[in-house]
Amino acid sequence: MPKLSKLQKRRIARLSAVALSVAALIIAGQLIGAGQFDVLDAQGTISAQQRNLLSFATILCILIVTPVFALTFIIVRTYRVDAKKPAVYTPDWDGNNRLEALWWGIPAIVILALSVVTWQSTHALDPFKAISSKQPPLDIQVIALQWKWLFIYPEQGIASVNYVQFPEDRPVRFTVTSDAPMNSFFIPQLGGQIYAMSGMKTQLNLQADHTGNFRGMSANLSGDGFADMDFTAQATSAKTFSIWADMASRQSPELNQTVYERLALPGVPQQPTQYKLTDGMLFDKVVNKYMSYDQKETETK
Amino acid sequence: MLHLFSNVADGLLGRLGWDAFNHPLITWGGIIGMVGAVIIIVGLLTYFKKWGWLYRNWLTSLDPKKIGVMYLIVAAVMLLRGASDAVMMRGQQAMASGGGGYLDADTFQQVFTAHGTIMIFFAAMGFMFALINLIVPLQIGARDVAFPFLNSVSFWLFVAGAVLVNVSLAIGDFAATGWLAYPPLSGLEYSPGVGVDYWIWSIQIAGIGSLLSGINFFATIVKMRAPGMRLMKMPIFVWSVLGSMSLVMFAFPILTATLAMLSLDRLLGMHFFTSAMGGNPMMYVNLIWAWGHPEVYILVLPAFGIFSEVVATYSSKRLFGYTSMVLAIAAITVLSFLVWLHHFFTMGAGANVNAFFGIMTMIIAIPTGVKVFNWLFTMYRGRIRLTSPMLWFIGFVVTFSIGGATGVMLAVPAIDFQMHNSLFLVAHFHNMIIGGVLFGYFAGLTYWFPKIFGYKLNEFLGKIAFWFWLVGFILAFVPLYILGLMGATRRLDHYDASLGWQWLFIVAGVGVLFIMLGVGTQILQMIFSYFARRINRDTTGDAWGGRTLEWSTSSPAPVYNFAIIPDASHRDAWWWTKQHPELVKKPVYQDIELPRNTGAGIVIAGFTGLVGFALIWHIWWLAAIAAVGAIITIIVRTTNDDVEYTITAAEVAKIEASRSRA
Repeated sequence: MPKLSKLQKRRIARLSAVALSVAALIIAGQLIGAGQFDVLDAQGTISAQQRNLLSFATILCILIVTPVFALTFIIVRTYRVDAKKPAVYTPDWDGNNRLEALWWGIPAIVILALSVVTWQSTHALDPFKAISSKQPPLDIQVIALQWKWLFIYPEQGIASVNYVQFPEDRPVRFTVTSDAPMNSFFIPQLGGQIYAMSGMKTQLNLQADHTGNFRGMSANLSGDGFADMDFTAQATSAKTFSIWADMASRQSPELNQTVYERLALPGVPQQPTQYKLTDGMLFDKVVNKYMSYDQKETETK
Repeated sequence: MLHLFSNVADGLLGRLGWDAFNHPLITWGGIIGMVGAVIIIVGLLTYFKKWGWLYRNWLTSLDPKKIGVMYLIVAAVMLLRGASDAVMMRGQQAMASGGGGYLDADTFQQVFTAHGTIMIFFAAMGFMFALINLIVPLQIGARDVAFPFLNSVSFWLFVAGAVLVNVSLAIGDFAATGWLAYPPLSGLEYSPGVGVDYWIWSIQIAGIGSLLSGINFFATIVKMRAPGMRLMKMPIFVWSVLGSMSLVMFAFPILTATLAMLSLDRLLGMHFFTSAMGGNPMMYVNLIWAWGHPEVYILVLPAFGIFSEVVATYSSKRLFGYTSMVLAIAAITVLSFLVWLHHFFTMGAGANVNAFFGIMTMIIAIPTGVKVFNWLFTMYRGRIRLTSPMLWFIGFVVTFSIGGATGVMLAVPAIDFQMHNSLFLVAHFHNMIIGGVLFGYFAGLTYWFPKIFGYKLNEFLGKIAFWFWLVGFILAFVPLYILGLMGATRRLDHYDASLGWQWLFIVAGVGVLFIMLGVGTQILQMIFSYFARRINRDTTGDAWGGRTLEWSTSSPAPVYNFAIIPDASHRDAWWWTKQHPELVKKPVYQDIELPRNTGAGIVIAGFTGLVGFALIWHIWWLAAIAAVGAIITIIVRTTNDDVEYTITAAEVAKIEASRSRA
């Protein structure tokens, strides 16, 4: 084998490094491509707009960051003390008003533009804002418990644990509270997320554009069983939904105060369950429990 | 009778009983390691009879240069502790696809809570105060800080907090609530144990230390600059510290008050932040972030200052756009108080509120961007020496720009609703804290190392360490960005196998191992450079062709910093002096007064730490005694007027003569 010069060796090293990186990137790309990107794979009205906004912001940021990287690379290369070509050296040059105005000004304009987008999108995608639709929104009340989600359908008179079903193409108004530490109610593919807090009612208006099963979860640490606070959100046809609701209201056990209190005890349920709702005021009672001053001390002794 | 005795003992020791030592096996490993290290250190000190030396030269010293070194050591130890927490976390998540792993949920939650708490309060803050102590007095041409004794108290309070965090590993447990311990999870109802109390008292005590330090260095910079150094002549590092310390003075009282209210909820059953009885957890979330967001800038501003010094020095060129830099620091300082709500857009404030805070957040990108361009144009037409601090700088530009870009994305509330509490967010803030803060401090440490210890760090190992860190950083956090887009939230001790997340967690884990190799190389670098110190010695005092006053004195600086207080009427005063050697006059030495050593700082902090420990365990008598002890020590110390000693002009002349011979 012929002896290689230092330069050749360096070239080979560089080439193999590039080849290895490309190979790693291809493998990673394959694996990533196989993954399920909940945030990007939008299945709802809200999440689609959030995703578009994310893409817009990403492109904008890439447009800003890339020139910075290029500039850094070029400057370091050109003005290295051991650069091949001697470069200009002006040790006392310490400012230029025009240049500085440029990099105060351009980012300011970009941010101004982004601010307008922010202002509008924040209002358009406010989680409390009702989604405009011909159909009235379906009301679902959500209670975060230790460590499960209770969904109450006041109109249908049913309730379910760790499973929520609703018709596609119809706005759903989730009213969210907690009878546990703070959680965050999150169905990425339909649009994110609102805190669930005891004594408080928050709202999340979502709408599924297609039928399907979507992963839901708690996004805020709430104790031991927090990682198990997953639930399935299923969007079905209107007909399937009404059949399901009807079945649930006729064939399920009752959800009354006693059953609720048992359900609220800390623990992770093995499987989703349905209930027939007998106390239409259950949700409000759970909220108001924290609002009254004459209740028993809640602290554990 | 025996029963009675055990009752009395129960009363005497509060909640402390044998069950405080009921740990999982993995924790015992940590405890044994920790106790073993302490025993070895104590043994070595005893064997080599170094206790007196340690006490006289270090523990009781009021010299900010020595306090700085001690900060550095404690911060390094805590950095290692925090890093091992990171390894455990990623190890668990790499294994826990479909359940399992080697940690139960509670231990895992304690680990990430400890990781965050330790890294911010003890590693980053400690590292920052180390560099401030070591460099600020030298850069402004001062012999000392404004309140030398207070400085010692601050440091030892910081140590007391660090000790409490580590004690929690062995006696009892730590909070499992996340590093900001939101109620109601951190309230008495859901966290009745000692974990949250350990969290509260360790950062309460360390936080008071930080507040006192903030006041101290603010006063130092405002009042003790060398003649001629008007505000607009100050080195940019000093400006950045001034901004940072202003933030400390405004932000840390919020932390102190918030923690005090949380502890009243927990100790006396009050209802500031409970869900019921009129309490309001949302108030806590607002308050803690009204401290927490400025805290990020408290940490990153000095890093910006360091890069300004590093880039100018290694480009052998004046800093570009000094006035812009100062304005940018001032703008960031002010704006950092107007953005806290972006940490919880998802709490459900109205669209107007969210939009306002989103836009304020984006505006911070403007002065930050300006700084980046000014650094780049400092290098432009300079003579760039690609030393390891410059590598840290270039790594910083890359990682911090990515972090800034993802930060701007997260600042759009509608996007944040998808990204909040996801691993995308975790990756973003690590871009800022590691790429911004830590890389900056590493650059600063390498740059000023000869000034602190008298010899340079080994460059080869320094560069290797940098590459390990950079590659590790990319491997550890790019997967987290991807996972965030997949809908992976943070703080999961396990996840469903069908999600296909595991391989990304494994890659992230490998990244952490690379970072640990970087840390290992840095330790090796310290050891190697120490043994090679004869070769690397900085005999000139001006190791890199520096520009600012710290390079005008010897390395390491004498105890009085400057024999003659330098003239600082030019920006880059030392560079200017070097350009005008004809103007250097023959020195006329005078007597120098310096603060005497005192052990009062340790005693006060020791008592304070004891108060914390006693309150955690409800040992009321001990808390009372220790509090009285601390107060008495403070009174005794403050009534003592004989706290200075004099170095005569003749002695100064002798020290200076030996220095110029070296």
